[in-house]
Amino acid sequence: MAGTWGRISTAVSPFPNPHYCVVYMRTGISMAEIPKEEYVLKCTSGCAGCSSTLCLRYILKAAGPETVLVMPACCTSVIQGAYPNTAMNVPVYNIAFASAAACASGISASYRSLGKKTNIIVYAGDGGTVDIGLQALSGAFERGTDFLYICYDNEAYGNTGMQRSGSTPLGALTTTTPAGKIHAKKDIDSIVAAHSPPYMASACSAYPLDLFKKVRKALEVRGPTFIHVLAPCPPGWRFPSDQTIEVGKLAVKTGMWILWEREYGKLKISAPSRAAVKKPEPLATYFSAQGRFKGIDPAVAEQLRNEVRRNIQRFVREEEQSCDQ
Amino acid sequence: MRKRLATSKPTKGSSGKTGSWRTFRPVVDPEKCNACGMCALYCPEAAIDEDLRVDVDFCKGCGICATECPKKAITMEREKR
Repeated sequence: MAGTWGRISTAVSPFPNPHYCVVYMRTGISMAEIPKEEYVLKCTSGCAGCSSTLCLRYILKAAGPETVLVMPACCTSVIQGAYPNTAMNVPVYNIAFASAAACASGISASYRSLGKKTNIIVYAGDGGTVDIGLQALSGAFERGTDFLYICYDNEAYGNTGMQRSGSTPLGALTTTTPAGKIHAKKDIDSIVAAHSPPYMASACSAYPLDLFKKVRKALEVRGPTFIHVLAPCPPGWRFPSDQTIEVGKLAVKTGMWILWEREYGKLKISAPSRAAVKKPEPLATYFSAQGRFKGIDPAVAEQLRNEVRRNIQRFVREEEQSCDQ
Repeated sequence: MRKRLATSKPTKGSSGKTGSWRTFRPVVDPEKCNACGMCALYCPEAAIDEDLRVDVDFCKGCGICATECPKKAITMEREKR
């Protein structure tokens, strides 16, 4: 199987405008390279300040018009709009919660048998990935389906009113854990990594150019690829809608969320996370920016802090080891 | 093949004009603006076009542009109705 997967090439072009320098250095891609076409039309029914809409904009810009989206029940199936109209300018297939990846397997097989290179993208929330869609996801990765699975993670079931999911972090308040969650977040990345896909990455909505670059890379690879995107949710995480980007940046700066990519098993920590893994900002700034960590028990906060520290060490060590080889 | 399949058509304004949801309206100060394009980059609705004009029919007034503007050229003003 490994022989059939294509090689990864990254196009880097010079930056004409000095304003773009900072962005260029931070993510390796300039704003001028982003296509102007919009595949998410204006007036979606998403909340004001929704980071899922922002992510989807850049994912579809990276994928282009030759794309089929497969969507299980999630916030984005609402963002599409009501029946006679839709805000999506690419074909979207709405499917039951548990079967998104299985459906994408079928679509991918039919397109490949026709000899078409159409991008098949599953855009699922954390509920549809971490909890309900896990067996279909595992099956599709085991079969080596040629598709991209994107999990946008708002760390709860946002569409139905912020119920706890397997992806909710320790200590976070949700409507079904009013005293804070007592279990740690499920490590979906390690579960997917166990299937050894050719490319997998994590991204954050606060760094859309980084996300754009990773989607481009993932679509160039033949075989199952996975991107895990952190998508801060203003009504669910209880912060004002103008802070969506700031909270995403804080998650990366405090080391709560690490941006990395793993190509053929080789881990590389992405540029926005480089400073954070060396000297992370105190986790208290991340807690105080959101209402869902209000009144968190100091013991639980300490537990979460240790978990974050362990996680950072794990990634740094893995990167060092993959450089040695 | 069935003639009538339940397929939705891509339309601008599939949820009506979402500009009516807005409580605060972004106002750009052209003196301070250096056209870096950060507001357009981060706008979830793509309501800010290439020439950095805000489409008030579609802007939901989330305020991300005002927070992310490096020159603080955008202010959110209460909508008068």
